[in-house]
Amino acid sequence: MTAEERAAELFARLATGDRRALARAITWVEDGAPEASALMRLAYPRTGRAHVVGITGPPGAGKSTLVDRLAVELRARGQTVAIVAVDPTSPFSGGAILGDRIRMQRTLTDPGVFMRSLAARGHLGGLSPATAEVVGLLDAFGFDVVLVETVGAGQSEVEIMELAHTTCVVVIPGMGDEIQAIKAGILEIGDVFVCNKADRDGADRTVNEIEMMLDLGHMGEPGINRWPSETEGAQASQSADGAAAPDGKASVGARAGDAALRRLDRTGHHSAEELGNVASYLTRAAAHAAARHGTANPGDISWRPPVLKTVAKDGLGVAEVVDRLGEHLTFLKETGRWQARREHDAARRLEELVRERVVRATLARARAVGDFERLVRQVADRQLDPYTAADEILRSHWGG
Amino acid sequence: MAGGERKERFAGVSDRPVKRFYGPDDIAGFDYHRDLGDPGEYPFTRGVYPTMYRGKLWTMRQFAGFGTAEETNARFRYLLEQGQTGLSTAFDMPTLLGYDSDHPYANGEVGKLGVAIDSLEDFEILFEGIPLDKVSTSMTINPPASVMLAMYLVVAEKQGVSWDQVSGTIQNDILKDYIAQKTYIYPPEPSLRLITDTIAFCARHVPRWNTISISGYHIREAGATAAQELAFTLANGMTYVEAAIRAGLDVDEFAPRLSFFFDVHNDFFEEIAKFRAARRIWARVMRERFGAKNPRSWMLRTHAQTAGVSLTAQQPENNIVRVTLQALAAVLGGTQSLHTNSYDEALALPSEDAVRIALRTQQIIAEESGVANVVDPLAGSYYVEYLTGKLEEEAYAYFDQIEAQGGVIAAIEKGWFQQQIADSAYRFQRRVQSGDYKVVGVNAYVDPDEKLNVKILKVNPDVQRRQIERVRRVRETRNQQASAAALAELRRASQASENLMPYIIECVRNYCTVGEICGLWRELWGEYREESVY
Amino acid sequence: MEAAPERRIRVLVAKLGLDAHDRGAKVVARAYRDAGFEVIYTGLYQRPEAVAAAAIQEDVDVVAISSLAGAHGVLIPELTRLLREQGVDDVLILAGGIIPEDDVPALLEAGVSRVFGPGSDLNEIIEYTKVNVKR
Repeated sequence: MTAEERAAELFARLATGDRRALARAITWVEDGAPEASALMRLAYPRTGRAHVVGITGPPGAGKSTLVDRLAVELRARGQTVAIVAVDPTSPFSGGAILGDRIRMQRTLTDPGVFMRSLAARGHLGGLSPATAEVVGLLDAFGFDVVLVETVGAGQSEVEIMELAHTTCVVVIPGMGDEIQAIKAGILEIGDVFVCNKADRDGADRTVNEIEMMLDLGHMGEPGINRWPSETEGAQASQSADGAAAPDGKASVGARAGDAALRRLDRTGHHSAEELGNVASYLTRAAAHAAARHGTANPGDISWRPPVLKTVAKDGLGVAEVVDRLGEHLTFLKETGRWQARREHDAARRLEELVRERVVRATLARARAVGDFERLVRQVADRQLDPYTAADEILRSHWGG
Repeated sequence: MAGGERKERFAGVSDRPVKRFYGPDDIAGFDYHRDLGDPGEYPFTRGVYPTMYRGKLWTMRQFAGFGTAEETNARFRYLLEQGQTGLSTAFDMPTLLGYDSDHPYANGEVGKLGVAIDSLEDFEILFEGIPLDKVSTSMTINPPASVMLAMYLVVAEKQGVSWDQVSGTIQNDILKDYIAQKTYIYPPEPSLRLITDTIAFCARHVPRWNTISISGYHIREAGATAAQELAFTLANGMTYVEAAIRAGLDVDEFAPRLSFFFDVHNDFFEEIAKFRAARRIWARVMRERFGAKNPRSWMLRTHAQTAGVSLTAQQPENNIVRVTLQALAAVLGGTQSLHTNSYDEALALPSEDAVRIALRTQQIIAEESGVANVVDPLAGSYYVEYLTGKLEEEAYAYFDQIEAQGGVIAAIEKGWFQQQIADSAYRFQRRVQSGDYKVVGVNAYVDPDEKLNVKILKVNPDVQRRQIERVRRVRETRNQQASAAALAELRRASQASENLMPYIIECVRNYCTVGEICGLWRELWGEYREESVY
Repeated sequence: MEAAPERRIRVLVAKLGLDAHDRGAKVVARAYRDAGFEVIYTGLYQRPEAVAAAAIQEDVDVVAISSLAGAHGVLIPELTRLLREQGVDDVLILAGGIIPEDDVPALLEAGVSRVFGPGSDLNEIIEYTKVNVKR
């Protein structure tokens, strides 16, 4: 049997709901087996249905426990759930201890739940190279919701944001002051924020800090919102700072920003200079957040991330999280973002694949005829510069 | 190698590097009265009693339990005949975890690691022919400890022995279960409530009972070093004292009945120093920090068990030698009570022959070696006093780290202890793998042609069936009204904040089962789920 | 550009039943990790059905069961039966802990490839695993 044939046979079994076949398909894709690309070709038409939810946050936030509870709640609402948990690989040995399954004890023999642990395999950014494809297989299998759990919250967690439709950021009380929250970069990536272990001291303060930061870049109530009309915006900014703003856009952000800065300043913790720096950073953050969650055009519908409290180990607050995740999905579909996202993903993926193949093919050909080695020597000896060398490879293998 | 020595670095089982020799400089500032005191004098470094073994030998208390109550009763009587002076009970896994023998999870586990106890009837059989006013009994049981104690008290009553004559110990130490032994059931808060209820009840009604055996044994067996064992155990002890005080008890009311349980491992002098450091730290903590006034509150009384984890399956007779050295260390360390492991315990539960040898080991040390004739003979040794001081210092450093996390319970929830222990366990294993730590018969002096030929104890496969029949019969033939009423009352009181002991006693008297009582609490309080660390 | 994906051996380290001794399982899990394997540890108190489900979903190459409480005779065969019933035939099954010699033949009969007694050399366990993995 050829790789294509093996992939077809396995996929046929997977399509009938065979979980062992699904598990094996995931392995092939993770390992980059010869059958992998044939499998993904077969799976692709059946993808695009599942709601992919990313769960991220620092270690110790209780993500796995929360995911366990989310799965129970989703099951109670009749949804089938797949869970993908990514853990780091040891840089020394290449091995890994995949420790998330151990916390998901409630649902593991439920036929409507499937969990797979993945090792990051040297990949930075919170996911493993194959995570997107694994999610695709689970989507193709027919799960309604795919929860992707990953470690870390910060600039390197952009990947989860790109993979998931809805990103849920989990924090715990006492994680640092206002300024830290900004530095961590979590504001940019979250669609839903959860303060877990909310029975601990400082939970309310942490929630308030995040709410304030979100207000600086947004306005409105948590959930689906409508930006105020032009006249509403102009009126409001007039009353806030005494002068009419030139356009509806800036005034909305500025009004929210003023309110939040006033709240920030009320604690008396920060100097005028610090506030000034914060304000300028936040104006940029505000613009970024506005772009992510919805452009602040009058009449636009946007998404203001809710900030929720949970005590995952006791199951408290979980139902509301599921409600909000569902609301976000509705938001994406009603505003056309779901479709826009599909196109964006398709473009990105196509570009990625083309780039990968072009590079591989070009260098392979250059190596095969010995051009690569020759040029490397010339560049190393400073007989040739690398830019010219690259031009030469492209010219001889691509023409023009 | 420097100075003609065999190795670059000399370190024992805790990986503590040691110098070639120790002298006065190593104990500079040592003050006899402040740091030692005479035996029986604060801070009790030299021993809790003035006469120690000249007054009364340590209790020879071999852990026993397997199969049904009949079989364990037979082993108990055998050991008492052979000169053992106190009983120690091992329960099977279902009992430890509050399941009756007919519960689906008990399948395959009934009577395997200890005796199966489902109801008072089993307890009555277990102590048949054993006078509870003459023999003290220790019970290694944690979440269901109050239930076992209740059964013991009812059996005593039926023997005509009043509760103020009854003596013994329940382990009842849930903190170390979260940390190491892992036979937990309920979350911390209700677990501590059960413990403080037993402490308060016994302070009033069972004055000779040790209500808790604050244990380091399991922490050590899980992989901790000697310093970690010492520190984590005492930190747990302090947490219990705080909990009892919060529950409204006066420290001197209960502290005299707190007891401890340490491991005795291979590093001879480190273990002796560990016991001495434990007594000194505890005395100071109780007097200075908790303000206890009764000298008996300052005294750390302990049971000890030789390290199970040091036994090898290879060349098992070597274990007799290991146990002898470890037992000697415990005696020189001043233990109140001692269990010596049997040589076949790396393979299975101890056979009668093997446990007899283990008991004889203690008896030979007591009668023939002369070490019991002098109290704390190693006092004044530069090395031993240095080590005692060093372990004390290291313990205090751990106490600071635990405080920094918000205390023992907070650290447990973060998995801090478990991580420390797993790290030590892994480091030790790597030392064995590399040959840095030699284990005779395993990575040194190995017999490649060894054929294991040890007569091991097999648990009768019929045990499960018989036990299931029994518990079902008990449930059918008891007074249904009385048992149901007792359970209902227990449920009500559990949801309130009353002391549960009287209600538990009423339940067991009416033949409610272990599973019914513990199951009720599972319903009310839920189950504990641990943060797993490696 | 990233390294091409490589095959990693996946091991499920399992504790079955009420056995609370987890020191060995954790040490073995770390040893496998340090030898380059991907390890999933089930944690304590697992029913055979849960371990079987894990083995299938995680598509592991190896199931390594740690048993120190004497229930191996009942629980391990139950696990291997569940795996067989669900069509799993390419997983290497290992057992370790305190398992008397006399009980080993029955376990081998039930589908266990090798039983490692107390004091087993970690390197030996790892080498055996590498050599005997079925895929």
